[in-house]
Amino acid sequence: MLSVSFDEIIAKLNAGKLYDFPGGVHPEDKKLLTSQAEIQTVSLPEKLIIPIRQHVGTEGRLAISVGDRVKKGQPLTRSSHPFAIPVHAPTSGKVTEIGPHVTAHPSGLNEQAITIIPDGHDEWTSLTPLSDYTAHSSEKVVEALCDAGISGMGGAGFPTHIKASGTKKIEFMVINGVECEPYITADDRLMREHAWQVRQGTDVLAHLIKPQVIIIAIEDNKPEALKAMQIACQDSADIRVVSVPTKYPAGGEKQLIQVLTGREVPRDGLPADIGVLMFNVGTCYAIADAIFQGKPLVERVVTVTGEAVEKPCNVWALIGTPVNHLLKEAGYNPTKQAQPQVVMGGPMMGFTLNDADVPVVKITNCLLVPASGELIDEDNERPCIRCSACADACPASLLPQQLFWHAKAHEYDKAQEYNLFDCIECGACAYVCPSEIPLVHYYRQAKSSIRQQRDEKARAEKARERFEARKARLEREKIEREEKHRRAKEARENKTPAGSSKDKVAAALARAKAKRAGKEENNTEQDQSATQTDKQAKVAAAVARAKAKKAGGQQSDSKDNQDRSDNVADEKKQQVAAAVARAKAKKTQRDSKSAPDKNSAASEENSSAQSENRATDEVSTQSAEDSKKQRVAAAVARAKAKKAQRDSKSAPDKSSPSGIAKR
Amino acid sequence: MSLTVALIAIGLLALIFGLVLGYASIKFKVEGDPLVDQIDEILPQTQCGQCGYPGCRPYAEAIANGDEINKCPPGGEATIKQLADLMGVEAKPLDAAHGEEDEKKVAFIREDECIGCTKCIQACPVDAILGAAKHMHTVITDECTGCDLCVDPCPVDCIDMVPVSPTTTSWTWDFDKTPKGDIPIKMVS
Repeated sequence: MLSVSFDEIIAKLNAGKLYDFPGGVHPEDKKLLTSQAEIQTVSLPEKLIIPIRQHVGTEGRLAISVGDRVKKGQPLTRSSHPFAIPVHAPTSGKVTEIGPHVTAHPSGLNEQAITIIPDGHDEWTSLTPLSDYTAHSSEKVVEALCDAGISGMGGAGFPTHIKASGTKKIEFMVINGVECEPYITADDRLMREHAWQVRQGTDVLAHLIKPQVIIIAIEDNKPEALKAMQIACQDSADIRVVSVPTKYPAGGEKQLIQVLTGREVPRDGLPADIGVLMFNVGTCYAIADAIFQGKPLVERVVTVTGEAVEKPCNVWALIGTPVNHLLKEAGYNPTKQAQPQVVMGGPMMGFTLNDADVPVVKITNCLLVPASGELIDEDNERPCIRCSACADACPASLLPQQLFWHAKAHEYDKAQEYNLFDCIECGACAYVCPSEIPLVHYYRQAKSSIRQQRDEKARAEKARERFEARKARLEREKIEREEKHRRAKEARENKTPAGSSKDKVAAALARAKAKRAGKEENNTEQDQSATQTDKQAKVAAAVARAKAKKAGGQQSDSKDNQDRSDNVADEKKQQVAAAVARAKAKKTQRDSKSAPDKNSAASEENSSAQSENRATDEVSTQSAEDSKKQRVAAAVARAKAKKAQRDSKSAPDKSSPSGIAKR
Repeated sequence: MSLTVALIAIGLLALIFGLVLGYASIKFKVEGDPLVDQIDEILPQTQCGQCGYPGCRPYAEAIANGDEINKCPPGGEATIKQLADLMGVEAKPLDAAHGEEDEKKVAFIREDECIGCTKCIQACPVDAILGAAKHMHTVITDECTGCDLCVDPCPVDCIDMVPVSPTTTSWTWDFDKTPKGDIPIKMVS
């Protein structure tokens, strides 16, 4: 939906005018705490913790193992998927651990992370720059961006190479240097000190995307950054450096697009759908590093600020630096806080960390350590007075009080009717609320609950499908089985008149046997070839075995018993009996009422063994040869049982197999 | 005379309406019971049989025929509430005879203890166990509904029900557990 035409927008930009977005607030920006000092380097921390997933999407495959020595910039994971981007070693050192570690997430849950102890040399791996990127195909450049582990550094962490390889026609490429959130000055300092490199990154992106216009947007409370970028871009006619009026949240993607172009991103769409792509200045800097020097993304600018640190500043923090190391460097003063509190991100959209051991990740732009009373954190929420100040402040033109109402009452379907998912969680509504209701809290909770319910619903749907598919399969198999039986019966009926009386007897015996086993009758063909006496003995043995098995409470596949030679069957029986005995013993142990159960198990085993003996006796009386075979088999089985005993070391196991083996 | 006319007229009308109704009942016949579908939609589809019916759909049919709505432990209070809304009856606490509401679990086979008997495969209502006779079996975690049905048939007791721990993607903001708040939101100026 192109509500505003390209020419119209250009005309307006040429006239130095901009559009506006509804709502917005003007919180005190407090940027002076950190905006005057240069970005500092910090000492190497004792350990670095690199979560293997730091972006939207899936994680890559591990490329190293514990104990490996890694060099700075060496990939720790490999991209195995378009949405998986690798992470790199931030310094040289030794991998000491790969395992769950608390990550930069409001839940404080653990995620897979790699721990590296630095060796202090900070030695780079061999780098392969792509300085002549214009000479290479865009696929190659995009691949280089992916391999350098670059994901959006503005906040969402969307993989940059995916954004840059889109096929939609792009009219405007926007470089976002607005940084509207109070306190944060990381992008401001980056533009002031490294304007040229930001420009270089912009050029790389422009080469890939080929937009008609490039806009670098900077809020008008950062005049130095604006000046620096203007100087860096003065030779290019395609790049416009635009000063945007200061208003929170002008830096939000949708809001900035609205300010610059007057276009609105459709609800389920992406900016690319309306011909716009947006990148953060930090991402541009990282791209320039990756292309011109071959350096992967291993460090970023982090604002460490708040009144509870003595020296608020911007620092170059290696990805994976624990938060407490940066706080120590900035002079954290715990006495200024009633209780320890560190906010990751800005005061409006950040979240309080659960643990100071959380590492800095690719999207961490600020650590805010507020003194008591600097931010409101007391729980003095009062009832909503329906003043509608929140609706006036909402940049997405929602009705926050209605959303709050329904979210609080867990009426999620109604909340969705009021477009809950269009909320960008900027916190402007909560900022203006005179009742101090933490509105965004309610929205976030409602959103995550809705997402979870959706997932559950999808899972239930899948389970239902699988259940029904299984039912259909069982039904089909049953019909097939019946059909097979019917056909076998017919075939037999056609055959029997031709056969001799001897064959008839044999067939009848075989049928009886097969019926008992509940098996197909095809096997009778095989049996017919054997002599009758032998067969009778075998049948008797099989019947006896089946009985014995029933007594033992074990239903095993009797088809095997028919088909295979006696000694194999016997052996197997022994094994099965041993397994049963083991299981029973285990069960009794677990139930901790060992004595009576064990006895019953043992007696059951005995009875099964006895009936088995009876069966084998019958066989032996009928055929001397058979009995010999049986004995050999029994010996083999005894050996096996003994082995099984040794394997399962629990004491009660010993009684039952030996009971069977004893003859 | 007028009486016969009236009788005939009424009789004719009755015939016409009867035909119309008869035609409509054939033409607009509803296949299956939509109520059963709606109930089935609410049930959690674990197919665990704890309600005493062989699967969720049979229980949905039973509810539609007037059975109690509080026999589904995996669904718990939330499902009972939704069923009560749908059926227009009073929500009641879960019937303890059918089990208690528990956290979400999935089956896990201790693979070196598995003897490959295929019994759990036959018991699984959603075909979430993979394996062959005399070969080790394993559970497809994503497909497991945590119904528990594979645990009892196992002759060597090598199946555990493992609670599903929340990950950062499945985690929900819990307002009650963090009254202080996770986000600062408001500045004092």
